Amino acid sequence: MTTRHAMFLAGIATLCAWVLLPIYLIALGAIGGSEVVNAWPKPAWPSALSVTALQEFLHIEGVWWSVLYSVEAACLCMVVSIVLGAPAGYALARYQFRGATSFRLFVLLTRAFPVAILALPLTVGFIRLGLYDTPVGVGLMHSVLAMPFAVLISASLFQAIPRELEEAAWVFGCSGPTAFFRVVLPMALPGITAAAIFAFVISWNEVFAASVLTVRHKTLTAYLLTVLSESPLHVQFAGGFILIVPSVLFIFLVRRHLFSLWGIASR
Amino acid sequence: MADIVIDQVGMRYGATTALDSVSLTVADGELVALLGPSGCGKTSLLRIIAGLAIQTSGRVLIGGRDMSDLPPRRRGLAMVFQNYAVFPHMTVRANVAFGLTMARADPARIARQVARVSELLHIEPYLERYPAQLSGGQRQRVALARALAVEPAVLLMDEPLSNLDALLRLEMRAELKTVLQSAGTTTLYVTHDQTEAMGLADGIALLNAGHIVQAAAPAEIYRHPASRFVGGFLGTPPMNFLTLPVAEGHVALGNMRIAAPRGPASIVLGIRPEDLDITAGEDGFAFQVQVVEPLGSHTLLTGHADTALVRVMVPPDLRPARGTVLHLRPRSDRITWFDTTSGVALGSTT
Repeated sequence: MTTRHAMFLAGIATLCAWVLLPIYLIALGAIGGSEVVNAWPKPAWPSALSVTALQEFLHIEGVWWSVLYSVEAACLCMVVSIVLGAPAGYALARYQFRGATSFRLFVLLTRAFPVAILALPLTVGFIRLGLYDTPVGVGLMHSVLAMPFAVLISASLFQAIPRELEEAAWVFGCSGPTAFFRVVLPMALPGITAAAIFAFVISWNEVFAASVLTVRHKTLTAYLLTVLSESPLHVQFAGGFILIVPSVLFIFLVRRHLFSLWGIASR
Repeated sequence: MADIVIDQVGMRYGATTALDSVSLTVADGELVALLGPSGCGKTSLLRIIAGLAIQTSGRVLIGGRDMSDLPPRRRGLAMVFQNYAVFPHMTVRANVAFGLTMARADPARIARQVARVSELLHIEPYLERYPAQLSGGQRQRVALARALAVEPAVLLMDEPLSNLDALLRLEMRAELKTVLQSAGTTTLYVTHDQTEAMGLADGIALLNAGHIVQAAAPAEIYRHPASRFVGGFLGTPPMNFLTLPVAEGHVALGNMRIAAPRGPASIVLGIRPEDLDITAGEDGFAFQVQVVEPLGSHTLLTGHADTALVRVMVPPDLRPARGTVLHLRPRSDRITWFDTTSGVALGSTT
C-alpha cells in the first residue's frame, strides 16, 4: 500500500466518522436504553434495544402539533422556493441579459445576512402582517433561505438540457410554453424534485428563525429547543434522532440527483 | 411542396455581420447544400429560415408566403439537427409522431405516417425503445423520420451527418439521397463537408464570410469556380494557382504560350490537380517533386513549379523519387483564369 493510498483511505475514514459518528451516538442514546446514555466508555453495540425513549419523547405534549407545523412550514418553503426559484433558474440558464452573472452572485448574498440580524425587523414586520407565530411566516422565512439553492440548482439543471431539444420542439409545432411543459420540464423533473426535497430539508432543520418567529406554534426544532432542556438525557437523544431521520432519509433518496447537480459522476 | 426564396437577408450582432444581404432561391423539390468554412454564416441562415433566429434585414418566403414574422411552428417546415435533438424522455414512436401529435392529427393518420417513415428508414424494430438505447446512426434515422413524418413543405438539415463516424456517414449519405429523392421535399442542407455537398445536392451555394460567393450545380461550381476562394475551397486537393505575367494577350508557362484574357498585366491561372498531364520530354513547365503520397486510387505529388506550390494527381503506379523534376502540361480546356487582386474569375481567352 502506497502512502498516497493510505492517506486516501484515512481521508475517507475521517469524513465517514465526521458524518456517521454523531448520527451513531445519537441513535445509541435514543434506542440503546437509558443506562447507555450515561455509560462511559460507550459500548460499540448496545446490549439491549428499546424504544421506550422514543415513545416517551412522542408522548411529550405538543410534539405532534409541532411536527405538523414543521411539515406545514417545510411544504410552504418547498413550494415557494420551487415556484419562484425554478423560473429564475430557467431564465439564468436560457437567456443572456445584462447582469446575469451578478444576479447569480446576489442570489447567494441572501445567505450572507445572519438570520439574527434579520430577526428583529422580521418579527416586527410579521406582527404587522399577522404572520407572526404562524407556520406560514416561518415557511416564508425558510423560503428565503432555500431560494438561492433552488435558483442555482435549477439553473444548472436547465443548462444541462440541450437548447436544441427545445428548438426541435418549436419547429415541430410547439409554442414556447408547450415546448417547456412537453420537453424541458419532463427532463428536468427528477432534478427539480431533488431541489424541492432539499428545500424541505433546509426548512425542517432550521431552528433559529423558527424559534424567533414563533411563540406557541413552534416547529419541531424550535419546540425541542425549549422542551428538551427540561427532559432527561435519553429523551433528548430520542428527539434528536427523530429529527434527523427525515433529513437523512430524504438526502439518501435524492442523493443521485444531488450529486449530478454538483457535477459529481455517481455511476 | 414549396420553394424557398431568401431575399436579401442580413444578420448583424452589434458590430459583427454574420450575414450580409444574402439572396438565394431553392426551387420546389430541389436539394440545395449550403457549404462553407466554419463561421461563414451557413447555420445562421438556416436558423433564420427555421425561425429560430430573426434576421435584421430581408425576407424569407416559403411557397410564396412571407415567413419573416411567423414563429417556427407556423412555417410548415421540419428540421434535422446536428446533434439529432431526439427527445430522450420519449420512445422512438412518440418522437416520430411528435410533429403530428402537436398538430392534433387524426390518430389513424399518425399511425399510418409513423409506419410509413419508420419502414423507409428501417427503424421499425426500435419503435418502443428510448433514444438512449440507440446508436448514433439509429438516432440520426429517428431524427430524419420525425422530420419526414410531418410531410413538411420544406426540410432543413443542419450538418446531420457530422457526428457519425466515417463509414457510417458514407452509408447514411447514400441512404439519405435515396430517401430524399423519393420524398421529393424541398431541402436545404447545411454542411462543411464538400464531398457530402457534391454527392447529395442538386445545387451548391457556397458561403464565405456572410456572402454567397457562388450558387450553381455541383459539376458547374467544380469546373467553373467563380473566384479563387471557390477553387481553393472546393476539391480535395484544392485547385493550383499560378500567378503569371501577361504579355501580348498570352502567358508563358515553361515553353508553352497560353492565350489569356486581355487586360491586366498579370493573371492567376487556376488548374485542378487532375487536369495536369505529365509530358514525356521538356514540354510544359518544370515541377520538382517534394512529397509523394500513394493514395491507392491515385498518387498525389506535391512540389514546386518555380516558386508556386503545385499538387498533381498521377496514376497510382507512378512513384517518382523525391527531388525528381517532371514536366507538366495543363489541359487547356480546364484552365480557369482569375484576377490577381480581386480573385474573381475572368472570362476565358476573350
